[in-house]
Amino acid sequence: MSTTTPALETRGLTIRFGGHVAVNDVSCRFTPGTLTAIVGPNGAGKTTYFNLVSGQLRASAGQVLVSGQDITTLSPSARTRRGLGRAFQLTNLFPQLTALENVRLAVQSRADAGWSLFKIWNDRRDLIEKAEAVLERVRLSDKRHVAPKALSHGDQRKLEVALLIAMEPKVFMFDEPTAGMSVDEVPTVLELIQDIKRRGDATVLLVEHKMDVVRSLADRIVVLHNGSLVADGDPAEVIASPVVQEAYLGLEATRA
Amino acid sequence: MTATSAPTGLPFDETTPRKGALQTILSSDLPRSKVLSFILLAILLVLAATPFLFSGSQPISTAAKICVFIVLVASYDLLLGYSGIVSFAHTMFFGIGGYGVAIALERLGATWTSVGLGLAAALGSSAVLAVAIGLLSLRVRAIFFSMITLAVASAVAVLASQLSDITGGEDGLSFQLPHALRPAFRLLSEPFLGTVVNGRILAYYLLFFVALGTFLLLLRIVNSPFGRVLQAIRENEFRAEALGYRVVAYRTVASVISALAATVAGALMALWLRYNGPDTTLSFSIMIDILLMVVIGGMGTMYGAVIGATLFVLAQSYLQVLMEAGSTALSGIPVLPNLIHPDRWLLWLGALFIVSVYAFPGGIVGRLRQGRSSQA
Repeated sequence: MSTTTPALETRGLTIRFGGHVAVNDVSCRFTPGTLTAIVGPNGAGKTTYFNLVSGQLRASAGQVLVSGQDITTLSPSARTRRGLGRAFQLTNLFPQLTALENVRLAVQSRADAGWSLFKIWNDRRDLIEKAEAVLERVRLSDKRHVAPKALSHGDQRKLEVALLIAMEPKVFMFDEPTAGMSVDEVPTVLELIQDIKRRGDATVLLVEHKMDVVRSLADRIVVLHNGSLVADGDPAEVIASPVVQEAYLGLEATRA
Repeated sequence: MTATSAPTGLPFDETTPRKGALQTILSSDLPRSKVLSFILLAILLVLAATPFLFSGSQPISTAAKICVFIVLVASYDLLLGYSGIVSFAHTMFFGIGGYGVAIALERLGATWTSVGLGLAAALGSSAVLAVAIGLLSLRVRAIFFSMITLAVASAVAVLASQLSDITGGEDGLSFQLPHALRPAFRLLSEPFLGTVVNGRILAYYLLFFVALGTFLLLLRIVNSPFGRVLQAIRENEFRAEALGYRVVAYRTVASVISALAATVAGALMALWLRYNGPDTTLSFSIMIDILLMVVIGGMGTMYGAVIGATLFVLAQSYLQVLMEAGSTALSGIPVLPNLIHPDRWLLWLGALFIVSVYAFPGGIVGRLRQGRSSQA
């Protein structure tokens, strides 16, 4: 067992909805510099697991730890301030504000400037410049004054990623970042994730259905099935393992 | 339109740094429409010069009421337009301000100390109540929050009328103002510009400058990084929380600021009227008026409060007079004189409201700004 503290760890994480156990006793460690893909069939509990980690749902049992500190009882905003960053599966932006303002709000949160009541927002040029830089990185600079409701689906997904980048979290959580994107838009988002991985010690969690994406990006694969962790390890091994072939990948493997 | 063209029609222009004193005073939030700028400037100048422009007590009283309602409506816009919070307790804070000043002046004597103590006590009570309502109920769904504010406001209104030993009950409280604000006081021995500068006019200018200062402060707050978070919460509460903003804390602080500004407005109203009672500051019909003024002027614009309050108070004060004149002029013609009889003024106000909401969903300010962007 490694001696370094994992950036994120879940211990026996469980949630029950009535009699249904959506996430069942999942213990997992995520170390800095690693991209972990979380795969599993629909309804396996991947997004629910994310919701438990980022705080949108409260666990029935178990713990969530960030850098060794227990955050199980904290609100989503407090978890974000501890370094958890999440991009949502269904695009979740500020629909009437411009793309730049969307990102600027994320930058502003990171800079902890929200409680400044008597300054003019426009005077914080540093925040605006930082937001511009993030938009540049996701290649949305030319759409900085467009509100999300007027953006294409692919651009909305990129903006979602931009908000996450702007938060500069320790742990990046992507929930199907390429879902619903056209084929030619997918590489841009994948490059962005590669880029995040390359730039330092980020811990990246990625829920993804497309196996080619998982193969090209992941350092490690975790498989969830019916809410339980059924496989965990090196991508090639996990994909080859019988339990995974049977549970989920059979169809995908033959197709690939 | 090219992608880099100036974003004239957009609510915010993030690319241009702020420059100039006007931008500082207006917190970088200019009217962004020539017509709107002109109307606002006209309102400002007329309000500033009212004591010297018109004679008689009705114009100056109307102007004073407009000043008070601009603050009251602007503070409600901070809640409704910027934070997306629907509260029916706004008149409660307005009333607390009025009662604070009235009770202090009546009990402790007509001094500035009493005004200060009364206002301080009122601000304190409003802040405590706003925090209590905020923390208790901003966690629940919006509709329940509105219901709770309605319940608390009704309870306070009943309390104010029952505690007649302190509040004067339904009769309210009449009181004396500090010497310098009384009609008998003369600032200058000679008339200035043909007007005797008495305590009444001083009281008006006190009102005017406090209202102006409070409005500009509110304008600053909605254009601060804090104000931007409020708008983010209004747009998508879930996402704002996920970005690390403590939604309940932000909303509670917004409620407190709004309550404090309404309290100041209530204190000004009482000072002007030298009276405070349930009908002048606490009544639910004022709450409805505030809602109408915000919607007519344009929600989430601050300047809408100025336009909405001015139009509404003018209509309240002069629509009847206008209709009286019209009714007399049309006498002899069947039906018409009856239709615009002064007693029907509420009907016509209602009609005006429906027409304006239908024609300008974004309020008057929204309409004027839209006009500008389509030209650009």
